[in-house]
Parts: sequence; structure tokens; C-alpha cells
Amino acid sequence: MNKIYFDHNATTPVLGEVFDAIVPFLKDQWGNPSSIHWAGRGTRKAVEDARESVCRLLNCQNVELIFTSTGTEGDNHAIKGAAYANKNKGNHIITTKVEHPAVLNTCKHLAKEGFEVTYLDVDSDGLIDLDALKAAITPKTILITVMFANNETGVIFPIKEIGDIAKERGVLFHTDAVQAAGKVPIDVQSLNVDLLTVSGHKIYGPKGVGALFVKRGVRLVPLIHGGHHERNRRGGTENVAGIVGFGKAAEIAIRDMDKEIEHLKALKDRLEAGLGKIPHIKVNGHLDKRLPNTSNISFEFVEGESLLLNLDMKGIAASSGSACTSGSLEPSHVLVSMGLSHELSHGSVRFSLGKSNTVEEIDYLIEIMPPIVERMRSMSPLYAGAK
Amino acid sequence: MYSEKVMEHFSNPRNVGEVDNASGIGMVGNPACGDIMKLTIKVENDVITDVKFKTFGCGAAIATSSMVTELVKGKGLDEAEKISNATVAEALDGLPPVKMHCSNLAADALHSAIEDYKKKLAEKK
Repeated sequence: MNKIYFDHNATTPVLGEVFDAIVPFLKDQWGNPSSIHWAGRGTRKAVEDARESVCRLLNCQNVELIFTSTGTEGDNHAIKGAAYANKNKGNHIITTKVEHPAVLNTCKHLAKEGFEVTYLDVDSDGLIDLDALKAAITPKTILITVMFANNETGVIFPIKEIGDIAKERGVLFHTDAVQAAGKVPIDVQSLNVDLLTVSGHKIYGPKGVGALFVKRGVRLVPLIHGGHHERNRRGGTENVAGIVGFGKAAEIAIRDMDKEIEHLKALKDRLEAGLGKIPHIKVNGHLDKRLPNTSNISFEFVEGESLLLNLDMKGIAASSGSACTSGSLEPSHVLVSMGLSHELSHGSVRFSLGKSNTVEEIDYLIEIMPPIVERMRSMSPLYAGAK
Repeated sequence: MYSEKVMEHFSNPRNVGEVDNASGIGMVGNPACGDIMKLTIKVENDVITDVKFKTFGCGAAIATSSMVTELVKGKGLDEAEKISNATVAEALDGLPPVKMHCSNLAADALHSAIEDYKKKLAEKK
């Protein structure tokens, strides 16, 4: 059975070129980058070269990038760090209802410590109302954190507009760009972003490495206290192999971006046209303002996990906003916030495409999906009345 | 994460559909939690002679529905009433912990169908 991977928003395979770049740093080049002697000099250079590459992906300066362990750490560092550093100015944070748990639960934690958090609604396209954002800003607002692109639907937020509003009102702006980096161009200079989170394993790099862009002049309280690493902003000996892999992955992302956007967009359009022939389905999220690789589709009257199991039996890996796959009783907070009924939220499947996917793989999905949906619907007590 | 038995029942569910002229109908669950089960039974001389299910739900919901129909077909009402959600899960070699509560409703659907049958019987008398 062929294995087909349509879950690139969960994680991506490590590219061969990335793997080759990493190996020396797990073997011969083991020195501590902080050491001044021969063992450390090579690894220091490797870390700084990688920093240069990740900075090019975001168009920032080398002093503005902190390497982290994960996207989640970057989000925690940005949000808690900004909140603690500015608590003399105010205690109000604005975010959205559809953020990744790394942002939502960090905000919830701060709320327990006395910070006030506004969670902006989204419309049926999954987008926020910029007037509502403006109206939510008070003299006590110290931070706005809105994701660049949503992990479940791929919906891209108006980052430039939000950045302009934040700048005008003198509020810091953080964006979780974990899903957007490498998939669409990001230029922190033109976006008025103060803080931006990225992660290595979503762009064909290794797991266990991420980065946080901190605009020059923005002060954060460190999340991890320790040595002088990362200009005293993040303690801990650098994950050299991970950082080198991340740097290589960033280089490749820059090199291949235009080609990849075209490739992914064509595959996604083919997928949605093909699955669109199945009755009673809905593509979730704004149709145009979306990442080129993400397609979130609700199949009415059936439950997402049962669809995923059927797909898995045919070799296809995808994911779902169904409660059953999240380990909680609630369906996707993103889809529910967009106003989808519980049935439609539970019946959603996310296909997130990547580099290695082919037209043949999409056509195979389009061929096997209708009978799977039909079989599951024939078993559904909700379907009888809708035929 | 699922046992082989769960996957076997999920892939080849037994007794899917609705019994004609059902003696009792049981419907449990709700859309919010993502599982809805409808069980229809035919009862003759206090024996469940036919049983079918329709389920909207995850792998565990479908497998437990299928399993409960196998467990009760041909059984007397007394025996069927003793079947619990735990019995069903055990017959499937267990369920992942997170599924024990949310998707393990098949015995509830069965009891609801038996109750419905008894109510209808009482109304006839």
C-alpha cells in the first residue's frame, strides 16, 4: 500500500539536504558554541550561519532572532515576556478565539495571574473584524497577539493592517507564524510586527528547534533564565544540530518558495474541485485568504475520526477537528468559533499538503473518498432525512 | 490506539441499518460530543430476535454499536438488560481511556430501546 502524507501542518519530513547538514553536528562537530577554543569555534560559526538563514526568511537582523526549542516556547516567551516586561504600563492583552493552544493557554495562564484578556470573535470566513480590534484597545492594552495563519483552516490574517493599528496605538504586536513561515513570504520590516514565532519542523527541518523574532528595542522578560546564551535572552546551550537543520530548511524554503506556492495551490485547487463533487460538503475558511497548502473540509452527517480511520486504512494520513482526535470532548474551537454546527465541526477533515505530494496522490484521494463518505453516511442516523 | 477487535468491527460493522417495524427504538448521545447512536430491536416472546444500529461517531462509537448488536441478538430481555457499557468495551478488548466515557454509549442505546419496547407494551395492555 502506498503511503500518502497529507498532514504537513502537523509536521513535515526532514529533507535529505537538511539531514546531511545536521549529521556532522551530531558526530565530529560536538563543541560548545560558547567555548573560545578550537572545539567551539566551528559550532559557533554554524549557529550564526543558521541564524543568518532564518533571518533572511523573515527579513530581520541577526540580533533580532532568538533560537528556542519549539514554536510553543516562542509563543510563551513572546507573550509572557512582553506581559511581564510591560505590567507597569497596563495589564490588557488582545488575542483571538482561534489561536493555537500555545497562545490561548498562555493567555489563560496570564489571566489567572491578573492580566485581562480579550478574545476577539471571528466571522464565518475565520477572520477578525479590524474595527472590533480597534475598539478593544484600551489605555491598559500592552500586547496584541494574532496568528499569521490558522493551523486548522489555513486562513491568513491581515497582519499588515493589524501591525499598523498596533503601531498607531503604541501596543506591542506578536504573531504566531508557525504555519505561515516557509509557505508564504514574511517580511517583518514591512509588517510592523514586534514579535514573531516560527518553528523548524513545520518547514522540513528537525523537531526541537524554533525561533522568536524580537524587534530591536523590544524588551522581554526571559522565559528561561541561565547563561549568557542568545544575548542573555534565552539560557541554555544551543541545540546546534537542530539549529543547523533549521537554518538549512530556511535556506531551502527561500530558494523554493515561489515554485512551492504554485505547486501547492494547484494541488489544493484540484483536491477541492474533486472532493467538491461529493454532496453536502463545505470548505472551511476564507477561500482566497488561505495558505496555499491547507484545505479543511466538513463532510456533513459523518464524524471526522471515522473518516480518518478509513483514510488511514488506505494509506492516507490526514487530520481532523473532531473532538475524538483531540482527546477532549469538544470539537475544534476554531470551527465552532466560525459558527459551524457541532455536527459540521465534528465532521471536518484537514488536508495539509507539502512538497512531495503529487497530482496522482490527489487523484487517488478523489477516487477513494466518495465511497468512504457514502458508506459512513449510510450508517449515520443523521443522514436519513437529508438525501 | 484502537485494539484489533475495534478496528475489525469498525471495518466490517455487523447489523447496520434499521429493523422493520421495530418493537423498540433507542437513541442516545448528542451532536455536541460527536456521538449519536440509534438502536432498533425486534422482540418476540421476550427474546431479541433482530437488532440493528445507525451511528454518527468515531471509530469507538461504531465498533461498540456493532459489538452490542452481536452480544444481544438472540438473547432474552433479562440477559440483554445486564449488558453494560463496560461489558461492550471488554468484548472489544478494551477502548482507549479517553473513549470510555464519550464514545461508549452502545449499551445505553440498547437499554433505551428495551425501555421503549416495554413502554409500548404497557400502553397496549
